[in-house]
Amino acid sequence: MSQTPPPRKSFIVRNPSVLYFLAALALFTVFVAVMSEATGTGLISTSFVKTLGKTLCFCLIAIAMDVVWGYCGILSLGHFAFFGIGGYAIGMWLMYARTELIVAQSLAGQVIPPTQQEVTDAIGKQIFGVVGSSDFPAIWMFADSLFMQLAIVVLVPGLLALVFGWLAFRSRVTGVYLSILTQAMTLALALYLFQNDSGLRGNNGLSGLQNIPGFADSGQDVISLVFFLASAAALALGYVVFAWITDSKLGNIIQAIRDDESRVRFLGYHVESYKLFVFTITAIVAGIAGALYYPQAGIINPAEVAPIASIYLAVWVAIGGRGRLYGAVIGAALVSLLSSWFTGGGAPDIDLGFYKIQWVDWWLVLLGVTFALVTLFAPKGIGGLFDKLVRKS
Amino acid sequence: MFGAALEDRHRKLSMIRVLLSLVWLVVTVGLAAAQDLQSVLQTHAEEVASPSRNSVSVVLDDLADLGSPQVSVFLEQWAERNIWQDDATSLFYIGAEDGDAIALTDLDSGEQSTAASDGYTQIRPNGGVRRVIGSALVQFQLTDPDPDRRRSALESIGRRADASQLPLLEASLEGEADPDIRARKVQLINFLIARFGEDTADRVVAIESLSSDTSVEARAVLSQILSTSTDVTDGEPSGNIARVLDSSSDPAAFYSELVEADLAPPLVSPGDIRAALEANIVDGRVGGVPIAQLGTDVLRVQAYAALAADGLVPPLVTQADVAATLSSFTFYEDYDEPDPTITDAARATLDTVETRVGLEQTVDLTLDGLSLASIYFLAAIGLAITFGQMGVINMAHGEFIMMGAYTGYVVQLFVPDYTISLMISLPLAFAVTFGAGVAMERLVIRHLYHRPLETLLATFGISIALQQIAKNIFGTQARPLTSPEWLGGALVISDVIQISYIRIAIFVLAIVFLCLLLFILKRTRLGLEVRAVTQNPGMAASMGINPDRINMMTFGLGSGIAGVAGVGIGLYAQVTSEMGANYIVQSFMTVVVGGVGSVFGTLAGAGLIGFLQKGIEWLNPSNTLAAQTYMILFIILFIQFRPKGIVAPKGRAAAD
Repeated sequence: MSQTPPPRKSFIVRNPSVLYFLAALALFTVFVAVMSEATGTGLISTSFVKTLGKTLCFCLIAIAMDVVWGYCGILSLGHFAFFGIGGYAIGMWLMYARTELIVAQSLAGQVIPPTQQEVTDAIGKQIFGVVGSSDFPAIWMFADSLFMQLAIVVLVPGLLALVFGWLAFRSRVTGVYLSILTQAMTLALALYLFQNDSGLRGNNGLSGLQNIPGFADSGQDVISLVFFLASAAALALGYVVFAWITDSKLGNIIQAIRDDESRVRFLGYHVESYKLFVFTITAIVAGIAGALYYPQAGIINPAEVAPIASIYLAVWVAIGGRGRLYGAVIGAALVSLLSSWFTGGGAPDIDLGFYKIQWVDWWLVLLGVTFALVTLFAPKGIGGLFDKLVRKS
Repeated sequence: MFGAALEDRHRKLSMIRVLLSLVWLVVTVGLAAAQDLQSVLQTHAEEVASPSRNSVSVVLDDLADLGSPQVSVFLEQWAERNIWQDDATSLFYIGAEDGDAIALTDLDSGEQSTAASDGYTQIRPNGGVRRVIGSALVQFQLTDPDPDRRRSALESIGRRADASQLPLLEASLEGEADPDIRARKVQLINFLIARFGEDTADRVVAIESLSSDTSVEARAVLSQILSTSTDVTDGEPSGNIARVLDSSSDPAAFYSELVEADLAPPLVSPGDIRAALEANIVDGRVGGVPIAQLGTDVLRVQAYAALAADGLVPPLVTQADVAATLSSFTFYEDYDEPDPTITDAARATLDTVETRVGLEQTVDLTLDGLSLASIYFLAAIGLAITFGQMGVINMAHGEFIMMGAYTGYVVQLFVPDYTISLMISLPLAFAVTFGAGVAMERLVIRHLYHRPLETLLATFGISIALQQIAKNIFGTQARPLTSPEWLGGALVISDVIQISYIRIAIFVLAIVFLCLLLFILKRTRLGLEVRAVTQNPGMAASMGINPDRINMMTFGLGSGIAGVAGVGIGLYAQVTSEMGANYIVQSFMTVVVGGVGSVFGTLAGAGLIGFLQKGIEWLNPSNTLAAQTYMILFIILFIQFRPKGIVAPKGRAAAD
């Protein structure tokens, strides 16, 4: 006689935070949409809509980071590399397609219609003139196809994570060693992109990405709102998917790996496959976040992929609170918005009489010290604080 | 010997003969003449005022007779177009025009005066004359009593050698007293004989004597003798042929050479086709093809062919035409030097020299690798203690290096003597970063010994803060950390192998640190306790060791060493707030690749990474960024095969 276990409650009941989060995100989105310039009220400027949209992208990569680090215990210092690859992939299409339109316009005035070769040459000259070249490198092979580049946004980060993760996990590189290895991977990518002959315009990066080809007539106010809504939708979807993954049996094993990897291995699970799955899927989400981020930022260059960016990502998640998806969202949103407020000169300077604290200079000091303090005294971050408040009431 | 060789030489150019006699006169007659410069010039006023290449030698001849020291000054100013003539008296002066006025200097007495510039005419010798004056000047300078002037004359010969200098040099050799300058003169004469000598046997001897000389200059002489030019013929190639070229390797380039030589009709480029089509539009059609359809290459060619058939445009040159034309010509390189004996000797000598240069480059590369390795070792050795012995990830390690370097910079602000300031800053940097390390251990790391990942995060927060504080205090621009005089310059072993003293000093510093650290770890009480606490803190504590204190001391030691390394690195690179961050990833790599917990491992890691980076740079010299990229990729792969590093810990210590 075996006892049947009580039926599992539904996903929503087990994860009330998902509903709350979606409701909050929906309210926020509607609020911003109504207040934006595109719909007439204009209380929120276009540039601020872009900032908010970019922040949502940061939140998306932050929840990916939370899954890989907070749930699976892999402190990856390389997820911003995937973010950057996503940005470069979409940037290539944006730049190619827009330059193609410009070139077509300028060639249209000629008596004889241009051949395909002439058009391609003109585009190449326009894009690569800045690094003293005019030939299309092989990696631009699919740049004329939006569909292919969108596929690359997903495939390249995914494949890179798969190969790198397979190599690393297979030889049981764990803990801080893995962190340093991922950091080295990011550094290698950044150094590679900095070269002029990398085929991605060296440290000039790709620019003019805010101009969406085919939508030249729609103003930036509309485009920014569209991207804001797309970022919000991606964040909502990502949140639900990750909540579902972490809640499933798979999620339990992942968290068990975080807590005691050897024990899970002795129980017969193939730990490497689980880690590889988490590493790869979060890399893909990071790539998607990057592809949504850079059309709003307008420019991408190799400095964006530098190791420091990935470390900031860890800072956001740590301050927000690991092991809680909403914690990652809170951390990313709070720290990145505060950061742009402080470094943008928004924060009032503090005059101490003998010395004037200018936040443009001192914000990083504050952030660094806060981060060290949070790590020391509040390892659960703001999310942990939030949990305490909710449980008490 | 050179005097004898001189006698044999033909003297074709009259100019050389004139100059040569000048030399003898200057040397033998010396300052005997009593006439002054101005009066000599006045006797040739016409030739001085409007010199030509033929007439100028007469003036130079008489000036040489004069032999006064003002002559070379006058010649310099003459060539520089600084000589002015008074229209009324026809006297010559050195003049500097300043607006309407002119500052005049008397040629003989050096007396200064000022006059209105209308009454004076500037003497403007043309380029040819100036070259003649220049050659005359060189030989004046070659025998000048002032050794510095002789050296500068030799320098200018070294920069721009020509055949006319050979007799001048040989003549000046006789009176040369300074052994260094004499040696240099002999060397230059040898170079000049190799390039311009008249006698083949002499030249071959001179060329072969260069086989042991790896200097850039000697190699340049050889490659100038071996300079080639590309020629084309439709028959058998003639002349001193270096090699026959294969025109099928790059048909486009070879064909364009034929076109330039008017041996073949030019290719019609897509742009030409386009222009031709545009110029021949008839009723919206070109060659029978409607304009709207001209968006493809096939139809464009078809339309062009139609135009060509009507004789309106030159016919299209097809790939087959190009191939056929190319096959009927032979491309070859022939030496500018007609004598094969000379070029063969030069080729053989150059091969020998290049083998030697290759060998020396290998040695140089090894030295470079060694010095880079010692920099990485210095940067990583502190980590080898904190990370290797204690297992603490200190992301602020780079900032300790930076703090050490800034300590050195601040000390230099107060102590202007660089030697003393270096003596002060080395221990002071140790003290400062030791203090900072101990403070950080007490305040932060102590609480996180069981959570290594969080140590990484907390120390990273501190690293951001320290970096920004340094930026706020010292600004963003790089600060110099000047090395003492005796560390300037380089140890020159040959033209290829040279190594700067700073790099040697860093190497020595690295060795000292290695020995010091090994001594502390293996031979002192502290070292014993450190190893005990590393292996088993609980057991160590029960033996009466205070693990808290040991951890603090160990961390302080590692940080202090980072500070001293900072001074060393600051001498070699510039001091910026980001200098630490530049080394942190490489430092961790060094420790991880070498094997955590072993000083020798760190040494091996630094060696591997240093040599590897130099090696990759050597394969791809234009691109240091690529070298770093490939190196990191290599390290990632390397860790696949030896996850525990080169010197892997064994036994219980190997457990995580």
